[in-house]
Amino acid sequence: MANEAAVDKTMATIYIDDKPFEVEAGENVLQAVLGLGLDLPYFCWHPAMGSVGACRQCALVQFRDEEDTRGRIVMGCMTPASDGARFSMQGPDATEFRKNIVESLMLNHPHDCPVCAEGGECHLQDMTMMVGHRDRSYRGRKNTHNNQDLGPLIHHEMNRCISCYRCTRYYNDYAGGKDLAAQAAHDHVYFGRHEDGTLESEFAGNLVEVCPTGVFTDKPLVNEYTRKWDMQSAPSVCAGCALGCNISPGERYGKLKRIHNRYNSAVNGYFLCDRGRYGGNFVNDEKRAEFAGALNANGRYNAIHTEQAIQQLTQWCNHKNVVGIGSPRASLETNYLLQRLAGEQNFCSGMADHELTLVRGIKDRLQHGSVSTPSMQEVESADVVLVLGEDVTNTAPRLALALRQSVRNLANELASEARIPLWQDEAVRNLAQDQLSPLFVIAMSDTPLDDVAEQCVTLAPNDIANFGYSIAGKIDASLPGVATAQDALAERIADALKNAKRPLIVSGTGAQSTAVIHAASAIAEALQNRNAMLSYCLPEANTMGLAMITENTISDTLSIADICEQADKGKINTLIVAENDLYRRAPRKDIDKLLRDVDKIVVMDCITTPTLSQAHLALPAASFIESQGTLVSSEGRAQRHYPVFKPAEQRQASWRWLAPLIDDEEFENFDAVTAACAAEYPELVKIEQASPSAEFRDRGMKIPRQTHRYSGRTAMLADESVHEPKQPEDQDTPFSFSMEGANSGKSGALIPFVWSPGWNSNQSVHKFQSEAGGSLAGGTPGVRLIKANSTLLSSKADLAEASTASDQQFELLPMYKIFGSDELTAQSPAIQALTPKPTLQLNPADAERLGLGRNDAVLTNIDQRELYLDLVINSAIPKGCAGYITGVPGADWLAPNSHASVKKTAAKLVVENGGGNV
Amino acid sequence: MITKPLTQNINANRDAVAIDAYEKNNGYLAMKKAVTEMSPADCLQTVKDSGLRGRGGAGFPTGMKWSFVPMENVSPGHKYLVCNADEMEPGTFKDRLLMECDPHQLIEGMIISAWTIQADVAYIFIRAEYHLASKLLQEAIDDCHAKGYLGKNILGTDYNLEMYVHSSAGRYICGEETALINSLEGKRANPRAKPPFPQISGLWGRPTIVNNVETFCNIPHIIQHGPEWFKGLGRGDDAGTKLFGVSGRVKNPGCWELPMGTPIRELIEEHAGGMEDGYKLRGFLPGGASTDFLVEEHLDLAMDYDVIGKAGSRLGTGTMIILDDKTCVVGMVKNLTEFFAQESCGFCTPCRDGLPWTAQVLGDIESGNGIPADLTTLKRQVKFIGAIGNTHCALAPGAMEPVSSAMKYFADDFQRYIDGDSAQSKEPVDESAKEQSISAEAS
Repeated sequence: MANEAAVDKTMATIYIDDKPFEVEAGENVLQAVLGLGLDLPYFCWHPAMGSVGACRQCALVQFRDEEDTRGRIVMGCMTPASDGARFSMQGPDATEFRKNIVESLMLNHPHDCPVCAEGGECHLQDMTMMVGHRDRSYRGRKNTHNNQDLGPLIHHEMNRCISCYRCTRYYNDYAGGKDLAAQAAHDHVYFGRHEDGTLESEFAGNLVEVCPTGVFTDKPLVNEYTRKWDMQSAPSVCAGCALGCNISPGERYGKLKRIHNRYNSAVNGYFLCDRGRYGGNFVNDEKRAEFAGALNANGRYNAIHTEQAIQQLTQWCNHKNVVGIGSPRASLETNYLLQRLAGEQNFCSGMADHELTLVRGIKDRLQHGSVSTPSMQEVESADVVLVLGEDVTNTAPRLALALRQSVRNLANELASEARIPLWQDEAVRNLAQDQLSPLFVIAMSDTPLDDVAEQCVTLAPNDIANFGYSIAGKIDASLPGVATAQDALAERIADALKNAKRPLIVSGTGAQSTAVIHAASAIAEALQNRNAMLSYCLPEANTMGLAMITENTISDTLSIADICEQADKGKINTLIVAENDLYRRAPRKDIDKLLRDVDKIVVMDCITTPTLSQAHLALPAASFIESQGTLVSSEGRAQRHYPVFKPAEQRQASWRWLAPLIDDEEFENFDAVTAACAAEYPELVKIEQASPSAEFRDRGMKIPRQTHRYSGRTAMLADESVHEPKQPEDQDTPFSFSMEGANSGKSGALIPFVWSPGWNSNQSVHKFQSEAGGSLAGGTPGVRLIKANSTLLSSKADLAEASTASDQQFELLPMYKIFGSDELTAQSPAIQALTPKPTLQLNPADAERLGLGRNDAVLTNIDQRELYLDLVINSAIPKGCAGYITGVPGADWLAPNSHASVKKTAAKLVVENGGGNV
Repeated sequence: MITKPLTQNINANRDAVAIDAYEKNNGYLAMKKAVTEMSPADCLQTVKDSGLRGRGGAGFPTGMKWSFVPMENVSPGHKYLVCNADEMEPGTFKDRLLMECDPHQLIEGMIISAWTIQADVAYIFIRAEYHLASKLLQEAIDDCHAKGYLGKNILGTDYNLEMYVHSSAGRYICGEETALINSLEGKRANPRAKPPFPQISGLWGRPTIVNNVETFCNIPHIIQHGPEWFKGLGRGDDAGTKLFGVSGRVKNPGCWELPMGTPIRELIEEHAGGMEDGYKLRGFLPGGASTDFLVEEHLDLAMDYDVIGKAGSRLGTGTMIILDDKTCVVGMVKNLTEFFAQESCGFCTPCRDGLPWTAQVLGDIESGNGIPADLTTLKRQVKFIGAIGNTHCALAPGAMEPVSSAMKYFADDFQRYIDGDSAQSKEPVDESAKEQSISAEAS
């Protein structure tokens, strides 16, 4: 539906209230009308989910011809725009009908707007105002329902429901959820779960934006509520994974209140994952430092002034041996300035050593290969997908939602053949039923995408790589053949990929295996299909950007191990770490020693980490929500995030802490840093185009972060001082901390929030689009830095050693969790509530061999460290392997190719007996 | 020549006709003729020529409906034939009679119909309360399997057909063919948007024909005796016979097979024996609860689709509900509206919320709490809910038919209540829906 790639549109002339309009032939009239900039109210239609005709709100009168004066009521969303079609939108029959619909929807609506979290951005309010309904004539009793506890993310208030069916259509049909349904019938339809409980889908949070009224609202927001019109917003980019979903965080009183989707047709479209939506609240953590801290003799920190901190830092930087460690979760600007400060030979990317190898491998494949890496919008167009070694839902969640749409391409194809318009959502689904485009998932364990996969196989990483090579060999006979135990399946996958129009291979760093990464590329290259796509999941928000900064420099090779070695020899006087917890990058004992061996440790970060806690100078960094920076997503898209609000006290962007140490004048503002960074690296030359410079003006004005109804500014600090403080100046961005200015979406990358007269909810985004559901009129945010080569990449099979199981040692498989495996978002309370404990997962056969049963606790030995873990028996874990949930708080750092011994322990028994844990 | 083909085997006081008796009376001859001697195209032409119109209520020409099923270049997969036996229209009990008394007639009709569209799977979607009919139909299907009339290689041909009885979970809306299909698929019984029509994308996305029990029951006779004979059965423009029923305060409520085009007066006065003593006819719903009231002036109209249509109502299922002079018309309409509001699937707004609203207004009027503006509201609701296209399916427009026609013919009754004069005798509405006896006159 929202496909920019659609070309060769046939146009049709339709007449609305006797005026001719050119629209795309065959699209539905509602979408066409909205695209023309006209206001036609609607509820159940959604640009990404099509039409079903449930609410009957978008009614028009259609006339047979010019002679017909009576016409008949039709639904805009269910009527194709055909050439010459005549409609009345403003005539009395149409307007009266639409008014009646709202009055009917309102029969049971509680009119609790003043206490409803949707109030002020409620589509139902907007549509009610639009049709002009005011007085109700209904005298009956209102129906009431029970509300459910749907978990820590979503607040449920069923009485407000207008039964538009958007929630189940989104949750079940679009996102593949199983535990939400329309229940009961007539005017007592109930949308909820079969019983109270946390909604299971990883994308449940979108219900908050999909629901046109206040049935599903953002629970953390409800608990600390602010109206949309009282929030400050700025365009931002999610730092929860490497996909770079566009977000619009909202702030009040210096606190992040919520994160809304920010529309980008090429990236996240209308939807976010729950990690992204609920993962930002760590910025409100009261334990975050607000002041620079100097470690005193008692092992505590003294708060010092910014100037003092800079002075101290300057002094330490004059030492001979200064080493900088960057971070894949810090912006390009921060990493660049740290590299400038420390010098190429003294800058380390801050990625774990094996991770750097993996990422370099991926970048190499994408930049030098002939297969292009797709945007998520392009992912949705794939007709055959192979996932090789990645649990996409847990490492790059939003991509999994895109893959769920790709499997529907067969349905779309069948519908096109049967001449059913693709926006006729239910008709398309009914026609195809459970027929899906092929998706094959080869992973280390079961994944949440398995329900839409044609076949799933779980293998150990090396076996995954070899299986991949075997597929490549079957596609291209000139490649060396590889025999595996799944030969028939490999053949089937190879055939499917060969016959596909737009085949897609998805892999990534999840299996921590270079061989898997190479095998994925080998398959993609072997296809020799111009439309083939290759997508790699990367771990962090700027992993790709960091790899680009360090490419072809000495820094590219300086590893954490090298730094530990230098420190051991006493060669490092000052170590500056930017936004990185080194304990997530190397074994604990190595980092402990490194931090002991260095004279002066300077750490800047936006969260409190074990590394920060050992700094001699700790600097409070602004988080991605409070600062400006450029991030490069896994598809190579450079995008910019802007500070939503002025960070508290001394917090500032890491690049701003670093700038004065190098050249205060040269790096006076953000644009100068970006420009210098772009000039330095050929790969990053286009990053300045990621969004306009600070000079950009909309109608000659800055773009306001605050809505024009922003209230209480004079009062909100009155308990401290009756003098209203001056609003902060913003020299670095085109935005102002103000209500004044223009937010017309002139630049797609610079839309802090969406609003249009009469459209207070996020539905107003169509006013910013080139056509309803299309790309942003002001341009799709971001600039793509990676372009596929025309020459074929040689793909010789560098076979991995087959995984071997031993009786004593299990190969440890890293298992990722959407809630918990990402460092920043894991610190948000809502995410913490859903984060699983680290567990060890074994195949039933292995468990039986060791005499282990369900719920046993086990003692494992990982890299000579003993851990007590709960056992989960999972038949999807390959034999001889043990799954270990990684990244979550309490989980240990996992070296690649780790092995562990496992034995039963009585620890669990001790707990059950009420004693302390071992 | 046979004049009452549908009920020729039926004697309401006897058990259902078993397969031997059915065959003895020329049963399954039509099926044998169709499958072994006629091509699907021949069968289709015969049904088209017969002028048979759907007996479920809408009266759509059956042959034309079938002709939309793709017969060439069909993508590989099943085609389905579905019998709508979810008879739920208030006051309607004709299909029950056909299924409980002569199950083989239905099955024979379905085999011929399936052959015509080359369906290989057939379902009888039957309302759960019809458990006797379910049992009899299943026995009949088993008998057909034993005889080689169902299953693989029917009558030695390469034609295969499986037939299943599916007991419905029970909602009025399942009588709407696309809601029935959704229900059969295990989904909510919400109607589907059309187009696409079931002939193109029906059950499990495959070409599907859904017809009413009575429609299928006509098929064997049309095949056996030819379209001209069938046309000759009707007294007016429409072809064939029809099961007509009458319920309400008549002397002899029941169900009779009569020629299409039988005058209403004949139906009420001769077959139903006229009004009970002490009651006068005020009006009637000619084709079930979702059709417009007609009144005395219409008594001489023929029960034909177009004739009744022109009079402002619908032939519907042909089973009439009588309104007498001692039953409160507002209460009757309220009762019906509550039924339809209850049976709304809850999908589209005008039906889901508009019907309970209408019922509430009617309830207020009936209980003496009506205000003059209520009549405006009712008129508004009629306009708002009562047109096909305003709603997702035909349920709500059907539900509004008795309301709008009652306001037209019995406006005084409404006004009297609003004026606060409820002197008119108000007997409890429940009594009007008294137990109906099923009777039929076997020829």
